[in-house]
Amino acid sequence: MNGPELLKQHVGKLSSRMGTFYPGERVVYRGRDLLHELNDMDWLALYLYGITGKTFGQAEMKLLQAIWTYTSYPDVRLWNNRIAALAGSTRSTGTLGLAAALAVSEAEIYGGGVFRRAVVFLERSLRQMASGSDLETCVREEFAAHRSIAGYGRPLVNGDERIVPLLELAKRLGLNEGPHLKLAFEVEDFLLRGRWRMKMNYAALIAALGKDLGLSVDELCLFIFPLFLAGMPPGYIEARQRPEGTLYPIPCPDVTYDGQAKRPWHK
Amino acid sequence: MSGSNAPHTIRTRIWLEEPEPDNPFATRAAYCRGYDVYGEMLGHARWSDMLYLLFKEEAPGKAQADLLDSLALALANPGPRDASVHAAMCGGVCGSSAASSLIAALAVGAGHLAGGREVFYAVSGWHQCGKDLAAWKNFFTSPKSTEADIWPEIDHPPGFDPYGVSTGLTVIQTLDCLAGYAVGSILPWLHANLQAMEALAGKPLALSGVAAAALAELGFSAQQSEMLFLLLRLPGAAAHALEQYPLGYKKFPFGTVELENDTQESTA
Repeated sequence: MNGPELLKQHVGKLSSRMGTFYPGERVVYRGRDLLHELNDMDWLALYLYGITGKTFGQAEMKLLQAIWTYTSYPDVRLWNNRIAALAGSTRSTGTLGLAAALAVSEAEIYGGGVFRRAVVFLERSLRQMASGSDLETCVREEFAAHRSIAGYGRPLVNGDERIVPLLELAKRLGLNEGPHLKLAFEVEDFLLRGRWRMKMNYAALIAALGKDLGLSVDELCLFIFPLFLAGMPPGYIEARQRPEGTLYPIPCPDVTYDGQAKRPWHK
Repeated sequence: MSGSNAPHTIRTRIWLEEPEPDNPFATRAAYCRGYDVYGEMLGHARWSDMLYLLFKEEAPGKAQADLLDSLALALANPGPRDASVHAAMCGGVCGSSAASSLIAALAVGAGHLAGGREVFYAVSGWHQCGKDLAAWKNFFTSPKSTEADIWPEIDHPPGFDPYGVSTGLTVIQTLDCLAGYAVGSILPWLHANLQAMEALAGKPLALSGVAAAALAELGFSAQQSEMLFLLLRLPGAAAHALEQYPLGYKKFPFGTVELENDTQESTA
């Protein structure tokens, strides 16, 4: 069935395996009773259950939670955080500021955009190498397609302060032996030995760890959505506490104009 | 030229502001692409002139401004059945903030189905294929997004209605009107080759497809077109969101859900 007939079938009703609520009675969340069966679940575990339909062990949950914690940078210079803080400075609401800042986090050079590429690159390379391809071919193909290797190098500095603590935690939890993580380090070695001199950054590391925990590309992208969230409220709050409009105010002469010269409007 | 070399400066080719002599944060005069906005354009230039000028180096000619005006009117309200407007109404119906209703409309109206990303790809098509039917045939069958793209895969030829049976009258009326402005040759060519293009796409033309042709005709890039399309559809979302607020959620459809995997009986 296709065309308008398909649409007609869906008017006003939805057939779902994901869940619904029966007002005054119960809530079904992916086949389980939210308020009785899942009521002791940590929020992060529930969020992951909603994404994957799976529950994770204690060690896995600790690693997944740490992935979020280590990216909670309360620095309003960062582009997404700055949006939350600007919302505080202009006396907008916290929710609007945080929602906009999270939306912007799906960027090409950091956050959701580069993360997706990192996951896909590691997943595809591992598959290709299992079929007989070599690392150099995989890296060169990625360079040819995107002119960069997602998850290696950083916009501001080469090197990532989150790598060591997260790896140490993964090691303590016994979750550092997966094939994607091994490949991520092989890629770093290859890039460091070559002319690129790029170190692994957080995107490749969490992509590898996430894949090794069995999450798909789409599941991982939904999982990292709140990655930066905990770093945003401090900037919003502080900006709210300062006099309004004092977060990075820009005087007219600080805008460098290099466009058309002044001319009369003739129309 | 103006400005300083301090590290916190912003660079722009669009906007020049001159400060009041007593306050560098207050604007005495503002120039858009060299034109004095408040001193000369205001009261003489049209909204479409300003809109065009923000995206392009030069002001539009009359036919270009007329075309942009008509496109803006055609896109202003996708109507309450459109998912982006529905999203805004979900905000309005329960008294969410004005900005959140507009954010909802932007987010839902951003995708491949009748949204900004569809226009991005359709305008890319005009830049790649121009008026070459063989190139369009190839364009419709080649993948538009990759697995590494943040956007989901595209399910239908961009600019065409995946559920359409025949070309909608409103789409034809818009194409008829916009093709009449004699700005360039894209819209007249689409008008003349509509049947052939629809045969290649396997679907009837959608309003997003007419918008993409018009935006390409005006010389906008795919990225500029995506932005403009998102902007131009917001007035309807705003109006419908506001209209719902006093009506309240009880007069707004809630839908039904039938669980496929529920064994327990529910009464509610």
